[in-house]
Amino acid sequence: MDGQKMSSKRSAAPAAAASDRGVVTRRASRKGTVPPRVETGAERLVRCMEAHGVEYIFGLSGGAAMPIFDALVDSKIKLILTRHEQGASHMADGYARATGKPGVVLVTSGPGATNTVTGLLTALMDSVPMIVLTGQTPTFNLGKDAFQEADVTGITYPVVKHSYLVTKVNDIPRVVDEAFYLASTGRPGPILIDLPKDVTSAPCTAPDHDGVRIPGYVVPGRADTDVLEAAAAAITKSKRPVLYVGHGAVISGAGAAIAQLSEKLQAPVVNTLLGKGAVDETGPMHLGMLGMHGTAYANKAVEACDLIMAIGARWDDRITGRISEFCANATRIHIDVDPAEFNKTVTSHVQLLGDARLVVEDLLPLVGRLDTKPWLAQCAAWRKAYPLHYPTRGKALRAQHVLDRVNTLTDGKALFTTDVGQHQMWAAQFIRTRANRMWLSSGGAGTMGYGFPSAIGAQFAKPKTPVWCVVGDGGFQMTMCELATAAIHKLPVKVLIINNNYLGMVRQWQELFFDNRLSGVDLEGNPDFVKLARAYGVKGFYIRKPSDVDRVIKQAIKYNDGPCVIEAVVVKEDNVFPMIPAGAGYREMLIERPKGKLEKPEGST
Amino acid sequence: MTGTNHIPALGVTANTLHTVSIITNDHPGVLVRIALVFARRGYNIESLAVSPGAREGFARMTITSRGDAQNTEQILKQLKKLIDVVYITDHRDKAPVEVEIALVKLRAARAARTDILRIVDNFESQVVDDEEDTLMLRLTGTSAELDDCLGALRPYGVEELIRSGKIVMDSGASNFTHLLGGAS
Ligand SMILES: Cc1ncc(C[n+]2csc(CCOP(=O)(O)OP(=O)(O)O)c2C)c(N)n1
Ligand SMILES: [Mg+2]
Repeated sequence: MDGQKMSSKRSAAPAAAASDRGVVTRRASRKGTVPPRVETGAERLVRCMEAHGVEYIFGLSGGAAMPIFDALVDSKIKLILTRHEQGASHMADGYARATGKPGVVLVTSGPGATNTVTGLLTALMDSVPMIVLTGQTPTFNLGKDAFQEADVTGITYPVVKHSYLVTKVNDIPRVVDEAFYLASTGRPGPILIDLPKDVTSAPCTAPDHDGVRIPGYVVPGRADTDVLEAAAAAITKSKRPVLYVGHGAVISGAGAAIAQLSEKLQAPVVNTLLGKGAVDETGPMHLGMLGMHGTAYANKAVEACDLIMAIGARWDDRITGRISEFCANATRIHIDVDPAEFNKTVTSHVQLLGDARLVVEDLLPLVGRLDTKPWLAQCAAWRKAYPLHYPTRGKALRAQHVLDRVNTLTDGKALFTTDVGQHQMWAAQFIRTRANRMWLSSGGAGTMGYGFPSAIGAQFAKPKTPVWCVVGDGGFQMTMCELATAAIHKLPVKVLIINNNYLGMVRQWQELFFDNRLSGVDLEGNPDFVKLARAYGVKGFYIRKPSDVDRVIKQAIKYNDGPCVIEAVVVKEDNVFPMIPAGAGYREMLIERPKGKLEKPEGST
Repeated sequence: MTGTNHIPALGVTANTLHTVSIITNDHPGVLVRIALVFARRGYNIESLAVSPGAREGFARMTITSRGDAQNTEQILKQLKKLIDVVYITDHRDKAPVEVEIALVKLRAARAARTDILRIVDNFESQVVDDEEDTLMLRLTGTSAELDDCLGALRPYGVEELIRSGKIVMDSGASNFTHLLGGAS
């Protein structure tokens, strides 16, 4: 294997878990024949993972990681073998977003490790706690172009919150403790631990490690009182406030406090793609998603507000459009746990450094009801004038129709993941998320291939929750090999493929901004996804016409013996609206398909 | 366009020289992480000096780079965000003690030597190697003093030059040692 001879199989003596003192006793079961031996670095690593409450490790094996895979044989941690390391990284991400606990990945060196880079970027961009363990060539081979050697810490510096190359076996307990602490505190993020094979094979004699101490690493909690007072004073003057809620609110569990604040102030709420679910989107104060493909009424409110308060949101370019015009005359308040986000793109008048939940809770007693009656009436009028809509007549099947019905029939009880593209934006518009951590989508990185594996991770995390993933025909094909993973674990994930036979979002841009000169977007050659599912022993359904929609969704909801694939064959050329072209101002929002040609957008895609 | 609510894009920056001091963990890879923060934003590190600090396990760096105040502020925050960075300070509004050293090798014919030695006499300098055709000098001073001295030496033919990069330290009591923990 991997060009090397592997050592002979371990003794057949009954396996027993490592004892607390780190002395492995299983081979000494026949009294006196074999002296107890000190546990290996890999065994210690696994024991540390257990101590951190790890339930699942998602991974794919290989030479340099073999000691760790071996140590997992005797562990209560369940190893989920994936079909590709990218899948493993998104599964861990889905697990983490669904629970708030770090997801763990284990892969081998070289190509195994590089296959997780997209997963690391995805997790870093969206502040997801994740631990990626990579096998590495033995320390004596480092830098010698050894078989499957890659400078993995070097390759991944820009896509991790922090990383370690462990060169001393006795560092393992400290490194693992630090990794878990760093992954899940402050602004969460992915941590990579590169583990040379000689290190994981060596005897580990380190004493128990306790008390993480990372000089200079500060986890912000409550905001300063004087800044809270400044924020309250600004809020008190507002007549047209908007609360703009992002992923930070989901991560800190600030939803209940924000709902209270909204109620108390009588201020409407909008959320970002990743903020969905922090505050119930079906509530009367909620205007839905803002930004590039947000609802027209959310965007009108943002355009006209006199005060906007970002709660765990980072004024990203999908939100702001042309920055110089974004809420230029409004008072801007920013709550963030990461001080580097302040004044990064949009400047703000008041900056509240702290945990979103604690900051909003501390703000509550400092503010009172605002005179927003006319403002709320205006927002209601916009909601009425510009509802989300789609053509309902005719025989053509539309993605929006399917998603609208999935939303209704799942009744707020299901967790949704999405892939990236038109289907993602339609899902964001039509799936109204009611609870925290029930909506998982790759926002910052926009990673195609994320949707399906993240649903698998979420389903492992929440076995009782119905999990749906909404994917495009393009993105699904990037990680669809994980059908095997979902099938063998009989995970009842419902894979809804919005099949438009196009890389639809890019086609939309080419249609609108490039004279409909289509280039590299036709997915001619797509498989029959239902037949493909069946080849994996997975149940498959087609939705071909509007009259199939309800029947098939209900069948899928009832089917829980394993995964199912629902291929919705939708109209090929449909566009997502509303749309604020990249880099344009809010007043340039397109509510419908414009006549004629549009100028090429200033912003990036 | 009001232009008041945002940070101007990179590339349209004023050319101010910034000097920062950074206390980091003394690990392999720390320098790469720091360099990437600058490189990703298209900033050039103008000078860099690294050494172990007073406390074991920590390194200290002085970095100078050019850019406008706001983008530099963002770089400082991104540097602070690195887990290996324990403390960082911008010397913008302070007058730290600063020093730099240079070694310079000149093509120095006999005839020019008197002139050269007269020039460097105005600076803190020492002849460290005196050969048939070349002269090596060690210059010490502020970076500006070194600039002046080297400017004056240029006409005589500079063969080789290395500057240590500026190193700086704020005067008065230290304000970060408590962050390093343990015994001082
Ligand atoms: C890995 C990756 N490659 C390329 C892109 C650029 N991209 C964004 S959306 C999109 C089209 C996605 O097509 P599909 O999955 O069929 O979804 P649709 O837009 O048709 O709903 C592409 C290519 C991306 N986001 N991620
Ligand atoms: Mg498609």
